[in-house]
Amino acid sequence: MRSSAALFNPPLLLLLPLLLFSHLLNRAIAADLRSGDGYTIAGRVKLGATAKESGLPAKLTNIKVILNGGQSISFAKADGYFSFHNVPAGTHLIEVAALGYFFSPVRVDISARNPGKIQAALTENKRVLYELILEPLREEQYYEKREPFSIMSLMKSPMGLMMGFMLLVMFVMPKLMENIDPEEMRRAQEEMRTQGVPSLSSLLPRSN
Amino acid sequence: MAIRACLGLMILLFSSTISTALFEDQVGLSDWHQKYIGKVKHAIFHTQKTGRKRVVVSTEENVLASLDLRTGNIFWRHVLGKIDCIDQVDIALGKYVVTLSSGGSILRAWNLPDGQMIWESILQVSAPSKSLLHALANMNVGKDNLILVFGGSLIHALSSTDGQIVWRKELSTNSLEIQQVFQPRDSDIFYALGFIDSSEFVAYYVNYKNGEVLQQSKASFKSGFCGEASLSSNDVVVALDASRTYLVSISFRNGVITFQQTYIPDLIPEFSGKATLLPSKYNGILAVDIASSIVLLRVKGVNELEIIEKINYPSAISDALPFSKEQQAFAILQHDESRIHIKVKFDTDLTNEVLKETIQLDGQRGNVEKVFINNYIRTDRTHGFRVLVVMEDHSLLLVQQGEIVWTREDGLASIVDSTTSELPVEKEGVSVAEVEHSLFEWLKGHFLKLKGTLMLASPDEVAAIQAIRLKSFEKNQMTRDHNGFRKLIIVLTRAGKILALHTGDGRVVWSVLLPVLRESETCGNPFVLNVYQWQVPHHRAMHENPSVLVIGRCGHNFDAPGIFSIVDAYTGKVHNSLVLEHSVRHVMPLPLTDSTEQHLHIVIDDNLHAHLYPKTSDAVKIFLDEMPNVFWYSVEVGKNIIKGYSLEIKGELDMAENVFQPKELWSIVFPSESETIALTATRKMNEIVHTQAKIVADQDVMYKYISKNILFVATVAPKASGEIGSATPEEAWLYAYLIDTVSGRILHRVSHQGAQGPIHAVVSENWVVYHYFNLRAHRHEMSVIEIYDQSREDNKDVWKLVLGKHNLTAPISSYSKPDVTVKSQSYFFIHSVKSMAVTATAKGITSKQLLIGTIGDQVLALDKRFLDPRRSANPTQSEKEEGIIPLTDSLPIVPQSYVTHALQVEGLRGIVTTPAKLESTTLVFSYGVDLFFTRIAPSRTYDSLTEDFSYALLLLTIVALVAALLVTWALSERKELREKWR
Repeated sequence: MRSSAALFNPPLLLLLPLLLFSHLLNRAIAADLRSGDGYTIAGRVKLGATAKESGLPAKLTNIKVILNGGQSISFAKADGYFSFHNVPAGTHLIEVAALGYFFSPVRVDISARNPGKIQAALTENKRVLYELILEPLREEQYYEKREPFSIMSLMKSPMGLMMGFMLLVMFVMPKLMENIDPEEMRRAQEEMRTQGVPSLSSLLPRSN
Repeated sequence: MAIRACLGLMILLFSSTISTALFEDQVGLSDWHQKYIGKVKHAIFHTQKTGRKRVVVSTEENVLASLDLRTGNIFWRHVLGKIDCIDQVDIALGKYVVTLSSGGSILRAWNLPDGQMIWESILQVSAPSKSLLHALANMNVGKDNLILVFGGSLIHALSSTDGQIVWRKELSTNSLEIQQVFQPRDSDIFYALGFIDSSEFVAYYVNYKNGEVLQQSKASFKSGFCGEASLSSNDVVVALDASRTYLVSISFRNGVITFQQTYIPDLIPEFSGKATLLPSKYNGILAVDIASSIVLLRVKGVNELEIIEKINYPSAISDALPFSKEQQAFAILQHDESRIHIKVKFDTDLTNEVLKETIQLDGQRGNVEKVFINNYIRTDRTHGFRVLVVMEDHSLLLVQQGEIVWTREDGLASIVDSTTSELPVEKEGVSVAEVEHSLFEWLKGHFLKLKGTLMLASPDEVAAIQAIRLKSFEKNQMTRDHNGFRKLIIVLTRAGKILALHTGDGRVVWSVLLPVLRESETCGNPFVLNVYQWQVPHHRAMHENPSVLVIGRCGHNFDAPGIFSIVDAYTGKVHNSLVLEHSVRHVMPLPLTDSTEQHLHIVIDDNLHAHLYPKTSDAVKIFLDEMPNVFWYSVEVGKNIIKGYSLEIKGELDMAENVFQPKELWSIVFPSESETIALTATRKMNEIVHTQAKIVADQDVMYKYISKNILFVATVAPKASGEIGSATPEEAWLYAYLIDTVSGRILHRVSHQGAQGPIHAVVSENWVVYHYFNLRAHRHEMSVIEIYDQSREDNKDVWKLVLGKHNLTAPISSYSKPDVTVKSQSYFFIHSVKSMAVTATAKGITSKQLLIGTIGDQVLALDKRFLDPRRSANPTQSEKEEGIIPLTDSLPIVPQSYVTHALQVEGLRGIVTTPAKLESTTLVFSYGVDLFFTRIAPSRTYDSLTEDFSYALLLLTIVALVAALLVTWALSERKELREKWR
């Protein structure tokens, strides 16, 4: 079973934006390597689209492409191309390990009856890939963003709440007290004094 | 009303932030990360250019790395796949590192400055054979240099710029093994010398431009070769015969091959046993390793060998370093107790040394295993030499000018097992000055911190804050702390070295290379197994140090004698060390201690006899009381059988021997045509469960079935026992069993059709979580099984409790028929998993998190609440209040919940959790090629203020409140006075 497999001949329209890389593409995807038994899975890892947003240069030095949960590991070249060789027919799983990016695993079917036919689909959203170009679904932020100092955050802190409450009591309570009948107030105060219970009202400014 | 509102607001604020994520500036506060590479196999220096001096190494952990020669730091590093072993490394064109891996079938080129892969070439290999990489040094500048790869009978010549195969040549159909390749200066041909079927010598002269064989000569040698050859000059090769007692000089001048045998004892009278040729490329010199020493021989023509020097063991010799046109330099390292003598010599003049240095080494590094030599030009234009030394404990040293420039403790890349030990308690009596100083520092630190939070700090101050936080004196102390964060992690490495790491900053507190685990006459091939806690003194018995037990084996077979060693956990002093008379199959730490607080351990040997340790009559007495309650099981993976045993005494118990016989109680045989055992998992012995009851919605109670004897077994279809991609969904299935190991009763069995391994499982409390691959959906899946005790359900009836008809006091026994119910659920999980663990806390109150080591070498913390079998698509109001998350088909991955944050633990192999004293916190240690330690709080640190807590802000608030109070008081006084005047 010596053969190589091109991943689904891409329609010409799809290929157009890639014409720049076409010489590389031909080599990477339709490489004809007569080495051992099995097929070759070749593809490309692309960080471009999302990396531009954050302004970070796309770094491919430490990207690993993993076949079947660690059966074999391939590394991406500077242009993102990777390949696995001597892969038997069957259904395989490709994962990409790149720090800072989230990649969906890819299901790759190599047909045994129809040698050379390979199909690929993202397992996360079942999207079929016509070319094995793996792009991150999103970037990953491992750190919580520290919010800049604001009055609100200070207010939300336990101390802020404590202060807020004190202020509330200090300025609103006297207003509430004013509405109380002075006679009743005096009676209540006297009652408390006789009981000798220290109370909040003794700390408060006497309204009259 | 206002209070209620405030309280409500506060509760809302606290509960809204359940994530335990880290801010970027908190990195390194409670975590540390160490990068390693493993034991170096090959090293190539790259020092010609004026730029950064570096050395490229490949290691036994399958790491390819570029190290800074000045500091030993890693510039870049790649960890290759498990089966993709690096066979050879070379530098091509002065800018690419070329590696040959996977038995000579993959050739890759990496960019020297940044480690980017430049090209990859797949080569055909005829049969698994020794492969050879040779980068041709082409003298013609501007031409593309060729890389030659020899594998079996095939020669591939590849272009070093793009990896294209320039030519390919099949030399011989027989099993050819090329031993040596060399290229005469300024010529278009190279010589390839090898053996066919280990009995015929063959020399090829090949044109390197097109692979054309110009000349070929063969001759057979009747007693055969042992498969090693050393090139000693342009026309003489020396090999060993099959018995390894004759040196065979082979001359192949002008295509005429002649053999000349020399009996080694004639040359070296004290020789006995078997010799080995050291792979070296010296001009006219041969290095032979005989059992007791290394002998250097000069080859004077075909039939004359002369001893030049004998270097007694332990010693090592480096490869030759081309120095000038005629000269080659090499280094000889020789041990003299704790010192190492380094001699550098030229092959033209062996009597004199170019360089002679002596270095002092600490005694815990063992012998020198490998030496690599490199030269440099000193400022005064003279030549200097530096050597890179690989030691027996896998550490790496760079020696230059008689001094060790740097060392790397690379044995830590191959940790086998680990345990933790508490630190000693702080001694009483702290000086006042110290307290004053620390108080001042503390206040200063907090004011700086306050400035930082108020965004008033200047960049310098921000840096100072970060430095204070990272250096925090507190976390690195060598004493026990209140929260139990400071501990020693005691790790056992494959080299047989034990190291104690401080949890504060990961520094090595002590290390010891166990003498009993080193190769010796009594123990040929020592092999480390496990480390256990041996003695943990009671907190009053402070004068005693805790100790750990190290178990090993002399050789890889199960019947090899065991090794037993007890090491002090504070100092690394070896208390006791011996080679056992019996083998070691399992070790069972028992939850029993003797009067000196040594833990009782049962060692099961290959004949299933149980040996009790420590071997004292006291221990036997304690054990005999508990013996009826000791049950154990053995899993025979190959035979598909799990057997349960108890222990019995046959005849008279020999107090000196302490040997007990096994008594088979039960066995479970899995049908081998449909199932093979893929994995077994049990609960951690020291796990603490806070309560059996679980309050569910509507004030209802469920009782967890908590048993220490639950064994989780996963079996897969034999056809699907391989990797993903080897089986179709129809022929794959997975069975999960829960087995009681005392009675052998299968508590639960569940099947997953179309599922296969690799399986990872974790068992805790009353639940099991396991990870596997679902072939139908072609996604990874995680399942949870929870077991509940049905027999206690009736206790919910208040009347029964009142009338005393409850069974709450009835003992839980594995003998009684359990009445259990099981709940389970499955979810998709995105990543492949390398390792799985669960958090452990001191009292078991804190909720649990799963720690999942993903394929990307990160550790993800996933709340157990996501793996709750009671999750449903639409939880009721009361279930929502209980905290049940609506059901989703896949488990969410929040990037902030990676405990390793933006770091990777390359080559992740294990995750170990240890409870801290603080209930909310778990210490997490994960190891692989790298080490990573952190502490996590699965339900946030509800029992302590965080590091971020600003004491200064609290003080400020109080001051502000007091001031406000005084002002308002004064105001009210004045107002009152005014009232009175009126």
